[in-house]
Amino acid sequence: MKLQTHAWPSTYDGEAKPRKGFFTDTSVCIGCKACEVACKEWNRVPESPQGFTGHSYDNTIDLGANTWRHVAFVEQRKELDLESGGGSLVQQASLEQLMGSAGLATYQEGDGVRWLMASDVCKHCTDAACLEVCPTGALFRTEFGTVVVQEDVCNGCGYCVPACPFGVLDKREEDGRVWKCTLCYDRLKDDQEPACAHACPTNSIKFGDLDDLRVVAEERLHQLTEAGAEKAQLYLHDSEDGIGGAGAFFLLLDEPEVYGLPPDPVDTTRDLGETWAAVGLAAAGLGVAIAAAVFGGRP
Amino acid sequence: MSAAGSTADTQAQPAPGRDSYYGQPVIKEPVWTPEIPWYFFFGGLAGASGTFALLTGRRHPALARRAWFSAFAGILVSPALLISDLGRPARFLNMLRMFKITSPMSVGSWVLAGSGGATGGAVLYELTGRFPLLGRPCRVIAGLLGLPLATYTGALIAQTSVPAWHEARRELPALFGAGAAVSAGAAAVALSPVEEAEPARRLALIGAAAELGLVALMEHHLGELGEPYHEDEAGTYGQLARGLTAGGAIVLAGPGRRRRAVAVAASGMLLAGAVAERWSVFKAGFQSARDPKYTVAFQRRRIRGGRGRGASRRDGLGS
Repeated sequence: MKLQTHAWPSTYDGEAKPRKGFFTDTSVCIGCKACEVACKEWNRVPESPQGFTGHSYDNTIDLGANTWRHVAFVEQRKELDLESGGGSLVQQASLEQLMGSAGLATYQEGDGVRWLMASDVCKHCTDAACLEVCPTGALFRTEFGTVVVQEDVCNGCGYCVPACPFGVLDKREEDGRVWKCTLCYDRLKDDQEPACAHACPTNSIKFGDLDDLRVVAEERLHQLTEAGAEKAQLYLHDSEDGIGGAGAFFLLLDEPEVYGLPPDPVDTTRDLGETWAAVGLAAAGLGVAIAAAVFGGRP
Repeated sequence: MSAAGSTADTQAQPAPGRDSYYGQPVIKEPVWTPEIPWYFFFGGLAGASGTFALLTGRRHPALARRAWFSAFAGILVSPALLISDLGRPARFLNMLRMFKITSPMSVGSWVLAGSGGATGGAVLYELTGRFPLLGRPCRVIAGLLGLPLATYTGALIAQTSVPAWHEARRELPALFGAGAAVSAGAAAVALSPVEEAEPARRLALIGAAAELGLVALMEHHLGELGEPYHEDEAGTYGQLARGLTAGGAIVLAGPGRRRRAVAVAASGMLLAGAVAERWSVFKAGFQSARDPKYTVAFQRRRIRGGRGRGASRRDGLGS
């Protein structure tokens, strides 16, 4: 038996909307951070302490209570696939042309530096650990299949913070409650796309019905693989993975951990049966130990 | 094989590394305050004391009465500690807005609420002897709920993405249960003359043996993920816990049987040991969350071993 909170679409009857999500195609991200700014503006997210980190152009560092979009900057010093590909000049020229048409040129510099940029966000997991452990029901699943914190219910217990396998949620210190991306729930209700997707100048952040986005993503991956981006991969698109697939999934050009993402995230609720069984055994064992202490000796 | 070791296998890379983003944590550290490990201690003390009081009532009424007082003290402190940890303490009643089996904190809130009411009723009956129709069922309920109260806290922290906690999900409830047995036994020993304390002494000694055994078992199962339990603050608390628990048990089993003052000192060591063990586990979780290698390298090992759950099927570090 799988212990799980059933919420969407079953609890919405006819009011359930098609599941909405993000497909973030990092291969066309130019690191402009318009998404970060648009998100802050629209959602009135307080400023986050900015400092100079020295980590490329990333002074936001991670997702948190006051950063719901975060653009990662990775500078990799290595041979470009283009140069190491070998082959004849004709082959190289055609490869170059293909990569140009696929839009790969945006993140590559000529001096052997590969620059990876990616806009990270709450994944709106199909199996969301944050929602499962929330004791108050403040975290809920909307009619769009997204995961949102109800700020008038959250009592700041903080359970969702370490429960999230991606480190998305955090407590806002001066406020006491947890905050995260709502996938612009208010805008969705008015048939508007989320602020970050709206602001993205390269359409790296694509918003839409999840089913449509998955088709677009497969096509894009195929295109990039053909162009020789051998490590290009879709991340969290698969409904069979440890979180049942995400509402916000990605096309990455390297392994997930390079971008600070976990390679094999799991909704810990999958192990809940085991955990409760361990509690049952421990409770029984404690009962036996106490009984043995009381009745084990001379009366 | 550690994450750092596997990087060397491939090719030297400048920061950011192949296995983390500038060494940033992948998951968030818990935001729980020091109230939480203290609650683990007091909740455990309350739970095991309640069960002990219920079972010992017929044979040793005086001992049972003292155990009810320990349970009451523990159950009185517990909600205060939990409410004080909340970001919005005024909203503590939202904890009882629903019952969710998927949230050990929700289940625990209900257990604590039920146990608190029942322990209050049991103590009232103990003191006044009035309203037996209310007092007797309260005793039974408090005694029964004491068992999950003393152990669910293990599930509470195990149901997180923190590797040092989640991968110890089979041992943590039992470890906290053993600590609760030590606490309840030691508290009753300290409150009793030595000739009346035999059952409490046995409970404390059984608990101490179980606690020391379970820590060893947990660390054996955790392997590399158990490293945080030996490092920094968690390591210090862990050593303290083992020393105090073993030392207290030896003293209690020896001269503590005959002299009250020695028994009280031994109980103090055992109680302090139980507190330190909770702190060690608590801090180990923070340390484990802080270092991305526990999250990434562990997940990579899982993928390599064919036990990955699907997000990334490729062996990223080897390619």
